[in-house]
Formats: sequence, C-alpha cells, structure tokens
Amino acid sequence: MADQLPSTPKLDELEKGKWPSFVTEIKMAAKRSPMAADLLGQLEQSYREKIGYWKHGGIVGVMGYGGGVIGRYSALPKEYPGISHFHTMRINQPAGWFYTSDSLRKICDIWEKHGSGLTNMHGSTGDIILLGCRTEELEPVFDELQKIDFDIGGSGSDLRTPSCCCGMARCEWACYDTMALTHDLTMHYQDELHRPAFPYKFKFKMSGCPNDCVASIARSDLSIIGIWRDEIQIDKAAVTEYAEKGMDIQSDVVNNCPGKCINWDGKEITIDDSFCRHCMHCINVMPKALRPGKDRGAMLLIGSKAPIIEGAFLSSILVPFIKIEPPYTELKDLVDKIWDLWCEEGKNRERVGEFIQRVGLSAFLDEIEVEPIPEMVAHPRENPYVFYEDYEDDDEDDK
Amino acid sequence: MAEAMQERRTDYGPPHYEQFLPPIIKENYGKWKYHELLKPGVLVHVSESGAKLFTVRAASGRLVSIDKIRMFCDLADKYCDGYMRFTSRHNAEFLLSKSENVDPLIADLAKIGHPIGGIGNAITSIVHTQGWVHCHSAATDASGIVKCVMDDLIEYFEETKLPGKLRIALACCLNMCGAVHCSDIAILGVHRRPPVIDHTKVKKMCEIPNVSASCPTAAIRPATVDGLPSVEVIEDRCMFCANCYTVCPAMPLNDPVNDGVSIWVGGKVSNARHEPMFSKLFIPYIPNNPPRWPEVTTAIRQIVEIWAANANKYERLGEWIERIGWPKFFKMTGVEFQSEHIDDFKHAGLTFKRSTHITF
Repeated sequence: MADQLPSTPKLDELEKGKWPSFVTEIKMAAKRSPMAADLLGQLEQSYREKIGYWKHGGIVGVMGYGGGVIGRYSALPKEYPGISHFHTMRINQPAGWFYTSDSLRKICDIWEKHGSGLTNMHGSTGDIILLGCRTEELEPVFDELQKIDFDIGGSGSDLRTPSCCCGMARCEWACYDTMALTHDLTMHYQDELHRPAFPYKFKFKMSGCPNDCVASIARSDLSIIGIWRDEIQIDKAAVTEYAEKGMDIQSDVVNNCPGKCINWDGKEITIDDSFCRHCMHCINVMPKALRPGKDRGAMLLIGSKAPIIEGAFLSSILVPFIKIEPPYTELKDLVDKIWDLWCEEGKNRERVGEFIQRVGLSAFLDEIEVEPIPEMVAHPRENPYVFYEDYEDDDEDDK
Repeated sequence: MAEAMQERRTDYGPPHYEQFLPPIIKENYGKWKYHELLKPGVLVHVSESGAKLFTVRAASGRLVSIDKIRMFCDLADKYCDGYMRFTSRHNAEFLLSKSENVDPLIADLAKIGHPIGGIGNAITSIVHTQGWVHCHSAATDASGIVKCVMDDLIEYFEETKLPGKLRIALACCLNMCGAVHCSDIAILGVHRRPPVIDHTKVKKMCEIPNVSASCPTAAIRPATVDGLPSVEVIEDRCMFCANCYTVCPAMPLNDPVNDGVSIWVGGKVSNARHEPMFSKLFIPYIPNNPPRWPEVTTAIRQIVEIWAANANKYERLGEWIERIGWPKFFKMTGVEFQSEHIDDFKHAGLTFKRSTHITF
C-alpha cells in the first residue's frame, strides 16, 4: 500500500501550518491500511466537489449489545472499496481520560489488526472512537477488547457514555470525586448504556466545580456540578503575596464578583459568603489564596441539549445541593424516578429537557416527588395562565 | 463456537481509572492545594504534602492515527513513567513528577509537530465533529476548517495574551454532535436548500408519521405523489435543520452549492462572573471554500482581534458584547445586520430589545 497513496492536491494544503494535521494522520495510517488510503481518496473528492459521500448509516453491532457501533457506508463503494464499510466503534473511556502507554498500545495493536488505524481521542461524548471498521471485523475487535477489559460505549436512544473532568486527580477545586462517581454510574447502569430502551439519548456529565470543564450544563441531560455551601477558604498570607506581586485585587477580583460580596481594604479580603453566587471567578484568579469551602457536594441540573428539535437548552437547577458519596443512593433513586417517568410518558426522540417543557416543570417535579423551590427558576412566572390545583364549591359544607 | 460464546463477557464496563493514575496522583488524590501557570502550556499543581505535579498540554487534532498514539506513548514512557491523559477538548496531556523533564518533553513534542499551549487566557483546541471524514449529514468539513482556524490563531494558543479564555467549537450540521451552542465562537455547518425527496424510497425507508413529527415547524405532511405514499414539504416553512433527513434517508439536504457555515459568538459554559450563555448568530452564511476556508479564518481572526483589543481583563467575548451592546459590535466588525439575525422561532420575543437602553 505504502507506495500507492492517492493523489490529494487539495488535502495536501491541509498539511501546511503549525497546527497538527489530520491529513498527515490519515496518510500515516494509509501507509499500511487500504481503508485509510481510500478515505483519503474519497475525502479529496469531497474537497473537490464540496459534499460528503457517506450513506445514511445502517444497523450494525456486536452480539448482546444494542448500541455503541455506528454503521457507516461509503456512497461510492466502487471507487473506494476500502471504505465500503467504515463503521465507528465507541469504546468506553476510563474516567478522566487517564491511560498507561501499555493500555493505549494494546488498543492500537487491536486497531492495526482489525480496523483503519484511525481514531478520535476522543469523541464529543467522551468515548475512544475507533473510526472505520468492516462489519465482519466488529466481533473480532470486541473479542480482543474483552481481553484487555475495554467495553463498548453508548449510542442511539440509550444512556450515553458518562464522562467527567479530571476532578480530584489533578484539581484542587473538585468539590466531589467526579471520577469515582462516573465509574460507579457507568458500572451501575451497564444495561441502560448498552441496550437502547429510552425515548432518546440521556447523558450524564460530571464536573467538579462551576467552571464546568466538561460543559455539563450545556451538554448533559443530568448535569452534576460540584459546589460548596459554606465559606470560601481564605489564605490571608497568600492574598498579601498576590497584592505584593502587583495584582490589582480591586479591579481583577472585587469588581468582577457577580454577588458584589467581596471587600478589599488594601490589606485583607473579606467575603460575605451568604451572597456568594459560587461563580468561581475570585478563586480562579487567586488559586493560591482562595479555595472552595469545606462543606462540598454537587448541584444537580436537568435538561440541556443541542437544538434539535425544540431548540438548544441549558440545564436548570433540580437539586441545589446534594452530598456525593458512595453508594450514591439518593442520586440513583432520583435518576430512576426521572427515567421511569420519561420512559413512560416521553415521546419518541424527545429529550428529557423537551419532555419537561412539554409537561411543565411543576408537573414533572410532582411526578418525581421533588418539592418546587425558588432556586429552580430565574424568576416566577410573568403570565397569569395558572393551573390552580384546587377550587372550592360554594355549597361545600364546612367541616 | 459454543465454547467461545460461553466465554464471551458483556457489560463489564470500562477499566477502572485507578490503574491508569501515576503514583504521584494516587498519593495526592483529593489533596491538591493550588496550581500555577508556569509558562504557556505548562502547569504545576502543588499538593498539601508539598508534592509537585507538572502538566504539559499539547495540541492535538482529535483525529489521530495509531502511529501518533504510539508516539505519544513513547514520550509518556520517556518522561512520564508511562502515563498520559487527554483533555475534554482533545488535547494530549503529559503529567510529570520531575520538572527537569518538562523542557525536553516540549522539545520532543515539537519534533513530532505538536505545539504546547491552550491554558489560561488563551484559545485551546477546537471541539468539533466528523464532517466529510465520516458523517452523512455534514454541511461542511470539520477537521479541515478547524485546522485552518487553528493554524491562523496559533499565536493565541501558544501564548496567553488574550483578555480571557476563548473557546471555539465547530459542528458540521444543526445536530451539533459537538454541542457548540455555548461557545465564545461557534462555527456551524448549515444547509440552505429544502430536502430533495426521493418519492420512490420514502415508503420503503421511512415511517411517514415520524417524518412529519420530526419537523420543528410542521412543514412536512403526508402526501401521495405519483400514486406513491410519501410526504411533501412546505418549503416556506423549512429552516433546513435536516431533522427529517435524520429520520428519513430519502430526504437529503446536502448540496454543494448551498451548503456552508455560519458563525455564532458570545456563548460560554463556565459560571465564572456571568452565567452560562448561548452563542448568538453573527455571520449567517459563508460558502464552503475548501481546502483553506479563507473567509472563515479571516472572519474569526477579526472577531478575536477586536475583542482582544477592547475587552477588559477576564471579560469573555459574550460578556464584552453584552457590555458594549450588539449594535456597537456589529458596527465595530463591519458585519451587516440582516433579517436572519432576528429570531423567529418559539419565544423569539424574548430576544427583542425591550427597553430604551441603547447607545448612540
């Protein structure tokens, strides 16, 4: 194969410049894989003709699993036989995307033997993406993955592979152990992850603090974001050090506080924590001097998603604070209630956020037995179209 | 075969992360005290115990070959006792316990074409989707535009000279596998031609009620065409979301003449200072111009530079625009405000300006 790479004048332009080039990656793989070589050929044609050449998908998978493999076929199989099948396998990443070189090399060896040699590290949801596999190679890949203890991730109307920030492994701001929770939920919900039985997809994303490095609030049906509810820890000596090194604490920190609850008198910082909005700005700017409090847990927010179909949503508050400690019973009980309701009442391809919009948050809360609280809304309703629950009849006898 | 089936396991889940954590992380798990940005692309985390962990963040396209992963592995073996990780934005991260290994690692990364950066007040890797490399509904390529934009903005990846963080994301159609809707700058592939219906295939390949229900604007209704059960599209109501194509392969929207990208600005995910925000439409349409998409890279550089020159320290793009007002932003960038900029989907009224608070 090595000497027979297709001519790709357009794609070659994308090997110029300092940013790592995906074309160079495909060419490296193409030195041994006819699949990668044909991918180059078809992609060059797309670049020439300004259109993609992939068919609409198809149902493929490995035995015992309903998801995790995305069928993909070239629309030009005669021209590019190497990619007539070019399926994606989603492999559940270890929490936090930590690896040993040994584990990565084993995955590479399997993928060299059975696939295109191309991957995404990682896909948008978090999985290791093995890009480009023939149907008859899916089972052999899975056989070998079993031997190295890597399992398949989610796709379709199922629980999608949960993912998280690196949390306590390398961050002082983690308000709960994101990696432990992610691994636990992934193991606890293996059936929901592997066999699509939901109205549509459902994502958990675990972020250790409100900086939200995994975009939980924008991209997950249940966003689990670390937060504290006591006082921000202040190291006065370190505050002084920042000031002495030239930080303009008034301008950089105090003036940017959305709760206007920080005071700086030129010597000391004081915070009225009862007005702290937990935005993280002051802590981000002075990581040596300020730290989240000690009473830590997570906030649960529900319902975010990309636009299709009712428009893009951000998650909104469901539970302002919950302790996140194994075995996470309170959290799992709540998840089960949400799923029971949504699976029963949700329409085909309706995300839980859209379901809540359709039935109303109040009705949703009632069904999952969560009390409405003011933290859940930006403000109370502005229209008078209230579904009052009860009315009294004139002639009803007082008892 | 029967034997093989007996041995076959399912639902064993991912390997436990603990086995992949370097000893210094295991020892200091949950005990990190603070961190500092030592120089662009290099962090140190200091533990309560005094232990120091150095992080080197390297650029990576998200599409990587096994050859490259093996090169990363070699570097991990050479400098990091065989450990490495990836970030939520596709960067490759190397975790070192010895500070003297930092610079040699950076030099070796440069040799294999991977600059370091993307930490602090910088642009980091672009989160993106598959595009023409692997997707049937793509209105543009993903990896190609990302490569061009990052080539152009590389100085803002390698240095920390911006007022605040800037996050760019790209999705090659409205499905938004990359969920770009809360990015400082979002590049979104768009179709602009209604679906072309293959009436001979609709009944065979699609559930007609599902197809009708899939349309956010109720533009699709059942119809009999040439004696065949099919659907018709009220074209005036079509806003090209392609959700019908997702449920029905007989209704493609892909079209080389009309497909292209739109640019959205001012979103954010983090809660720092301002609450999370959606990105807003800025440039409704730029035709696809592969292989280097010069109109897209120029537009994005202009946004970045105007923001960088005018925003306050830490002020994200959306926060800055909110402060100066959208009319000023359009004026400063010279982009023409058009009818496409005004929302006309559900709850559009909430986006109208409902006060006298404007500047002249």
